[in-house]
Amino acid sequence: MSVDADRPSTPRALRRLLPFVRPALPRLLAGMAAGLIAGLVALAIPQVLQVLVDSALQQGDASAVLPATLVIVGLGVLEAAAILVRRWLVLTPNTKVEASMRNALYEHLQELPVAFHDRWPSGQLLSRAVHDLNLIRRWLAFGLVLLVVNGVTVVVGAALLLAIDPLLGGVFLVSALPIWIVAMRFEKRYSRAARRSQDQAGDLATAVEESVHGIRVLKAFGRGPHALKKFERQAEELRGTEMEKARAIAFIWRWLTLIPDATLAVCLVIGVALAAQGQVTAGSLVAFFATATVLRFPLESIGFLLSFTLDARNATDRFFEVIDEPVLIGDPASPATIEKPAGRLEFRDVHFRYPDAPDGAPDLLDGIDLVLEPGETMALVGLTGSGKSTLTALPTRLYEVTGGSVLLDGVDVRDLRLGELRRHIAMAFEDATLFSDTVRENVLLGSRDGSDETMREALAVAQAQFVDDLPDGVDTVIGEEGLSLSGGQRQRLALARAVAAKPTVLVLDDPLSALDVETEELVEAALRRVLSSTTALVVAHRPSTVMLADRVAVLEEGRITAVGRHSDLLAENEHYRFVISSLDDEDTRDEPRDGDGPLDGPEDGQPRGDEDPRIADERTEVRA
Amino acid sequence: MSTTMSGVAGEDRDDLSRQESRSMRLRSRRLLLELLRPLRRSIILTLVVVVFATLAQVAGPALIAFGIDRGVPALIDGDVLPLALAGAGFLASSAVGAVLIGWYRILQARISQAVLFDLRRRVFQHTQRLSLDFHESYTSGRIISRQTSDLDSIRELLDEGIGNLVSGAFYTVFTAVALVLLDAPSGLVLAVALIPLWFLVRWFQKRSQRLFRATRVASARMIVQFVETMTGIRAVKAFRKEGRNQQKFGELVEDYRGANAKVFRLFGTFDPGLVLIGNLTVAGVLLTGGMRVAAGELAIGVLLAVLLYVRRFFDPMEELAMFYNGYQSASAALEKISGVLEERPSVADPARPVDLRAARGAVEFDEVEFGYRDGAVILPRFDLDIPAGQTIALVGSTGAGKSTLAKLISRFYDPTAGSVRLDGIDLRQLHPKDLRRAIVMVTQEAYLFSGSVAENIALGRPDATRQQIVDAAKAVGAHEFISDLPHGYDTDVNKRGGRVSAGQRQLLSFARAFLADPSVLILDEATASLDIPSERAVQDALQTLLADRTAVIIAHRLSTVAIADRVLVMDRGRIIEDGTPEQLIAGSGRFATLHAAWRDSLV
Repeated sequence: MSVDADRPSTPRALRRLLPFVRPALPRLLAGMAAGLIAGLVALAIPQVLQVLVDSALQQGDASAVLPATLVIVGLGVLEAAAILVRRWLVLTPNTKVEASMRNALYEHLQELPVAFHDRWPSGQLLSRAVHDLNLIRRWLAFGLVLLVVNGVTVVVGAALLLAIDPLLGGVFLVSALPIWIVAMRFEKRYSRAARRSQDQAGDLATAVEESVHGIRVLKAFGRGPHALKKFERQAEELRGTEMEKARAIAFIWRWLTLIPDATLAVCLVIGVALAAQGQVTAGSLVAFFATATVLRFPLESIGFLLSFTLDARNATDRFFEVIDEPVLIGDPASPATIEKPAGRLEFRDVHFRYPDAPDGAPDLLDGIDLVLEPGETMALVGLTGSGKSTLTALPTRLYEVTGGSVLLDGVDVRDLRLGELRRHIAMAFEDATLFSDTVRENVLLGSRDGSDETMREALAVAQAQFVDDLPDGVDTVIGEEGLSLSGGQRQRLALARAVAAKPTVLVLDDPLSALDVETEELVEAALRRVLSSTTALVVAHRPSTVMLADRVAVLEEGRITAVGRHSDLLAENEHYRFVISSLDDEDTRDEPRDGDGPLDGPEDGQPRGDEDPRIADERTEVRA
Repeated sequence: MSTTMSGVAGEDRDDLSRQESRSMRLRSRRLLLELLRPLRRSIILTLVVVVFATLAQVAGPALIAFGIDRGVPALIDGDVLPLALAGAGFLASSAVGAVLIGWYRILQARISQAVLFDLRRRVFQHTQRLSLDFHESYTSGRIISRQTSDLDSIRELLDEGIGNLVSGAFYTVFTAVALVLLDAPSGLVLAVALIPLWFLVRWFQKRSQRLFRATRVASARMIVQFVETMTGIRAVKAFRKEGRNQQKFGELVEDYRGANAKVFRLFGTFDPGLVLIGNLTVAGVLLTGGMRVAAGELAIGVLLAVLLYVRRFFDPMEELAMFYNGYQSASAALEKISGVLEERPSVADPARPVDLRAARGAVEFDEVEFGYRDGAVILPRFDLDIPAGQTIALVGSTGAGKSTLAKLISRFYDPTAGSVRLDGIDLRQLHPKDLRRAIVMVTQEAYLFSGSVAENIALGRPDATRQQIVDAAKAVGAHEFISDLPHGYDTDVNKRGGRVSAGQRQLLSFARAFLADPSVLILDEATASLDIPSERAVQDALQTLLADRTAVIIAHRLSTVAIADRVLVMDRGRIIEDGTPEQLIAGSGRFATLHAAWRDSLV
C-alpha cells in the first residue's frame, strides 16, 4: 500500500489516545513512579551483596550476614509493595479508559449515517470495539508502563554497572547498539506481517460468515467442496503470514537472548582477569553479575514490548479510522421546530447519488418533485432498482439528499433536530429488523405514550394477533436472543411498530411483501383506516398495495414522471401499465424494456442471509 | 434429557451432571489428540529443542560461579585454562541457547498453525456437510462464533500458553535441579518457599477460574448488543433508539469493565505476592549461604550462582499460573467445537453412491411421510409421480407444506418414511455430485457471496466461460442491469448487497440456476421480490427453459400457474387437488376460488 509513506510515526499515532487517557493520567503516572521504585529497589539488592561480600564475608566475618539479610528482606518487601501499588493504581483507571473509548465508539457508530454502515460489515466494527480496545487497555496498563519503567531501569542499571567497574560497564553499554539495530529491523518486519495477518483474518471470518449464511445456496448447488477449497486457500495464506510473524519473533528472540548473554560471557572473562589482577573485588563481581541479571528481563522484554506497542498502534489506528469518520447527518446548529405538524411532505428538485456511483452515470434520483398533502396516501411505483427505497430513506435523513431539499410542513428536514424529525416520520422496511426484546418493547419502540392500548391497536392493524399465541404473549422475548419468527410475522410486527409510533407521516417500504394474499388483504383493510388521517408514502410492487393509495407517483429514470389516480394512470401512462399491470395483460407484454431507470440503487438494507435460518421453515409451520 | 448427550446438546446448559461433563471433556481430548497425532514428530523435536535451549540458559550462573571461584585463583597462578573454559562455555551456551530458542519459536508456531488450520478446515467442512435441520436449529451466529472466537481462544493457548508452560516448566525444573546440584542446603530453602507458593497459586487458580468465566459471559452480552445495533442500524435510527441503546450498552460495558477489573485486582495481588516470596527466598538463601561463606564452607561464586538461580526460579511462575486460564477457555471452546464435529448429518451422504450421469428428471414420491424429530407430522403419507419434463405449480396457503415438499425433492430433508426417487433411484443412494447437478433449488433468499457478479453467477457452474455466464444473465433479463453496474460483470457485490437490490439479487440467483442447467428445477418463492416486468421477463425465460426439464414452482402469485402443465393444491400437508390449470379453473374446488379471487385483485 502506498499509504505507508505518509503514515505518522508510532508515538504520534499513539498520542491520539491522550484525550481518552487524560482522566487516568495522574494515576497512570503515579503507577509508573511506583514501578520505577520497584525497578530501582531490585537494582539495589545486588549493591547490598557487594558491600556484604567485600566488607565481611571475605574476612570470614559472619556477623554482617544477618543485618544484610534484613536489609534484603526490607528491600524485597518494598519491591513487592511497589509492584502492588503500581498494579492497583493502574488497574481501575485503565478499565475506565477502555470503557469510555468503547462507549465513544458505540455512540459515534450510532450517529454515523447509514451510508457508512453500508460500507462497513458489522464484524469489522466489532473487532474494533472488542479486540482492539482490549489490546489498547493492556498496552496502557503494561506496555506503556513497562516501556517507561524498564527503560529507566536499564539506564540506571547501566550507570550502576559503570560505577561498579567502568570497563565492564562499558562493554555492557556497547552491547546496547546491536540490540537497537535488531529492534529496528524487527519493527519493520513484524508490523508489516501483523497488519497483513489482521486483514487476512478478517477475510477468513467473512468467508466463514458467508458459508453459513449462504448454506442453502451452497447446498442447493452442491458447492460445499468449492467453498472449502477457497476457504483452505485463504486459511493457508493466513498461516503463511502467521509464520512470517513467528519468524520475525524468532529473529528478535534469538538476538535478544544472544547479545546480553554474549556480553556477560565477555564480562566474565574480563571480570575474572581484573579480579586476578586485584583490580576489582569479589564483591564487585558478584554485584556486577547480580545487577546484570536484574537487567536481563528489561532487556529481553524490549522485543515483546516493541511488538506490543506496534500492535497497540495498529489497534489505535483502527479505532480512530472509525472515530474520524465525519457524522455527515446530524442536528442543525440552530434547529427549527414544528409545533403542530400537519404532515405536508414535499420533495423539491431532490437529487441523490451514491458516493461510489461511476462518474459518467446520472444521479440515481435526478430532480424529484413531489408533494404529499396532509393526510394523503401516495403510492410510489417504479422498476426494481429505480431508487424507490432510496427515496423513502430521504425524509428521515437515513440518507442525505445530494441536491434539492425535502420539506416537512414547509421546513427543510435538515433544519429539524433528528429526534424531532424521526418522531414526526415513522418507517417500516421491507426486511423487518426486530431487536432482542419483548414484543411489547419492539412494537412500542417509537411510541410516545407507550400504552397497552396503542400496542393493541397497532397489532390489530398489522394483523399480528399471533403474538397472543407466543409462550409469554406480548412479553415474549423475540429477536436474535429470543424466539425467532417467520419473515411474515416479523414484517407485521415492524408494521405495527410504525403504526404505534402514531407519526404525522408514515413511510412504508414495501411492507407487505412477505405476506400471503389473504393476510395482505386483511392488513390493507385495517391500514386504510389508519392512513385516512396520516400522510403516507408507500412503496408498492403489487397492484393490491397501490389500492391503498389516494394517488400514485411513478418513478422513472430518477424523476417522478407522472402523478395521478391509479385508474387514470392505467389508462394514460404506458410505463405505469408496464410496471404494474398483471402478467395476463397481453397488450403490454411486448413493451420494450428500454424504460428501465438507472439500476444501481439499493432496495433494502440487510442481507437476507442474516435472518434466522429457522424462519424459512417456520413460514410453513407457525404461520398456519 | 437423555443421559447420553451428544453433539451440541448441552452447550448452553450449566447444570451438566458429572458424567456428562466428563464425556464432554473426553470428547474434546479425543479431538485434541486427533489433531496432534499427525504432528508427533514435530512435537517431539520441539520438546527436544526446548529442553536443550533451557539447559543452555540454565548453565549461565553455574559457569559464572566456576569462573569466579576457579578462574580467579587459577589466573593468579598463571593458569588461563579455567577462565578460558568458563568464558568459552558461557559464550557457547548462550549461542546455542539463542539459536535453539529462535528455532523453538518457529517450531512452536508451525505446530500451532498446523493445528489451527486443521481445525478450521474440519469445522468448515463439517458444517457444510451438516444437514439443513441442524443449521436451522443451531443458528448461524453460533457456528460463526465456533469458527472465530472459539478458535481464537485455542490459538491463544497454542501460541502463548503451551509454549510458556513447556519452557516455563522445564526452566523451573532445571533451575531447581541446578540449584540442588550446586548447593543442596539452598535447595532446601527453596523447597520451604514452595509451600507458600503452592497456596498462592492455588488461591489464584480457584478465583481466576470464576472471574475469567464472568468476563467471558459479560463480553458475550456486550457483543450481542453491539452486533444487533449495527445490523439493525436503519431501524435504530428511524425509531430513535440511540439513546436507549447507549444506556443499555453503557451498562453492559460497565459490567464487562467490572468483571475485568476484578481479574486485574486478582493479578494485582498475585503478582506482588510472587515477587515477595521470591525476594524472601533470596534473603533466606543469603542468610544460610552467607553464614557458610563466612565460615569458609561455601565459595563466593557459588553463593552468587545460587542467588541468581533463586531469583530466576520465580520468573515463569506468573505465566504458569496464567496458563490455567488460557487452558480453561480453550478447553471450553474445544468442548463446543468437538460438539459440532460430533453432530452427524441427518441427511447423510450414501456409503455406496449410485451414479446417474445424465438424469431425465422423473421424480417419484413413494409412500412418503415427513415429520420432525419431535413426532409432529408435516406431510402425511402420500404418493406423487412427476414425469420427466413436466412443470408443476404448487399452490396453497402458507403452512400447507409446499416448501417441505420442495425440500424433499432437493434432499435438504430426507423423508421419515418411504422414498423419493429420481429416475427410479432413491435420492439417498444417489451420488451427491450427480444429485446436485440434476436437481437445483432456487429459494426466496437470494444470497450473494462477496466477489464479482460473474463469480456469483458462476457458482452454478464453476467452469463456465464468460460467454456462458453472460448468456445465462441474458436469459433471465439480468444482463441490462449488470451492464449498468460500475464494472459490469466484474463489479464487486459486497456482502451487504449495498448496490444490488433485492429484485436484482433474485435475478442473479436465477441466472445461477440456469447456468447450472439441471434436469429438475425447483423454484421456492423465487420471484417474490421481483417487480412485475422482471417477473414477466423471468416467466418468458422460464417457458423456453422449462420446456424440456422438470420443474416445481411455488409462488404466492398465481401468475405462475400460466406456465404450468399441472397444478397441485396443498392444504395442511395433503395434496387436495391435482390437474391441469384448465381443469382446475373450470372446476369448483379450492383452486377455482383462489384463482377467481386472484383475478379480481388484478387490474
